[in-house]
Amino acid sequence: MKRVLLITAVFLGGPVAVASTVVDELMNEFRAGSAVEFSAERGRELWNATTDHNGEARSCTSCHTSDLRKPGKHASTGKPIDALAPSVNPTRLTQRSEIEKWFGRNCKWTYGRVCTAEEKGHFLAYIRNQ
Amino acid sequence: MSKLLTVLAIAGALLGAGAMVYGDAAAKGDDNHGKRGRDFMPVMNADYQNECGTCHMAYPPGLLPARSWERIMGGLEDHFGDNAQLDPVTHEAITRYLVGHAAEHDGSRRAAKFLRSIPATGTPLRVTETRYFVKKHDEIPEHMVAGNPEVKSFANCAACHRSAERGIFDDDDVRIPGFEDARF
Repeated sequence: MKRVLLITAVFLGGPVAVASTVVDELMNEFRAGSAVEFSAERGRELWNATTDHNGEARSCTSCHTSDLRKPGKHASTGKPIDALAPSVNPTRLTQRSEIEKWFGRNCKWTYGRVCTAEEKGHFLAYIRNQ
Repeated sequence: MSKLLTVLAIAGALLGAGAMVYGDAAAKGDDNHGKRGRDFMPVMNADYQNECGTCHMAYPPGLLPARSWERIMGGLEDHFGDNAQLDPVTHEAITRYLVGHAAEHDGSRRAAKFLRSIPATGTPLRVTETRYFVKKHDEIPEHMVAGNPEVKSFANCAACHRSAERGIFDDDDVRIPGFEDARF
C-alpha cells in the first residue's frame, strides 16, 4: 500500500517538481555565485518595457500580451501563441532547452541582443509565478 | 470438427482478403496527395512542426524548390526579421526534410505548378514571390488580407485555406474571415 501511494505521489508530483527544478537550476546558474536577488516585480517591468526598432516599439507584450494567463499572437504572422503562465499551461518552464531557445530568439527580436543572465533571472522569477 | 475448422479458416481468409482490398481502395480513393495527386504531401515531420510551426504554419515543403529551402535554412538568424536559430542537430534534420520533400520531390500537380512558375535562375525566399502564387491571388483585394486583423498576411495561409494544414489549397475550400460570402 505504501508503495502504491509512493508511485501515485511520484506520478502526480512529477511534472510539477521537474518544472520548478529546471527553473531553480537555471536561476542558480544565472546568479552564478553573485548576490543578486531576482525579483518578479523587476521581471514584470522588463516584460512591459518597450525598445524602439526604427520607429516600431517592441516588447515581450508585442506577442505575449501583458496578461501571461491569456494566449498571445505572433506579431508578424498572427499565429496564436499558447499562454505562457504555468498556472494555466503546465507545460511551460518544464524544459531547459525550450527556455534557452526562446530566450535566445526572443531577446534578439525584442532587444536586438542576447539578454543578460540578470535579466533572464528576473524574467523567470516573474513568469514562474504567473 | 476438422471440417468446421476448415470452413472457419476459409471464411477468415476471405474476410481478411476482403478487408485488404477494401482498405487499399479506400486509401487510393482518399489520397490525392503527392505522386500525380493534386495536393501537396501533408507535413509529417515533428521537428519541423515543433520548431517552425510555432510561429507560422509549417508550410508544405513542396511550395518551394530545394535551393530555396537551403537558402532559407542558411539564414535563420534573420528570418524575415525574426531570430529563428536552431541547435545544429535539429537544424540539420529540418533542412534534410525540407530539401528532400521540396517541389522537385513532392510529386503533386500543385508543386509542379509552383516549380514551373519559378525561373531556373531564381531562388525565391517567399512563396508569395512566385509567379504561380501571385497569379492565384491577384483578385484578392488588400483589405481582405493585410487590412484584415484575422488574416494580416498572405503568409498566414491557414486563415483562409481551411485545409492548408493537410496540404490542400483548393479554391472551394477558401473562406476569408469577415468575408464569408466571397467565393473564388
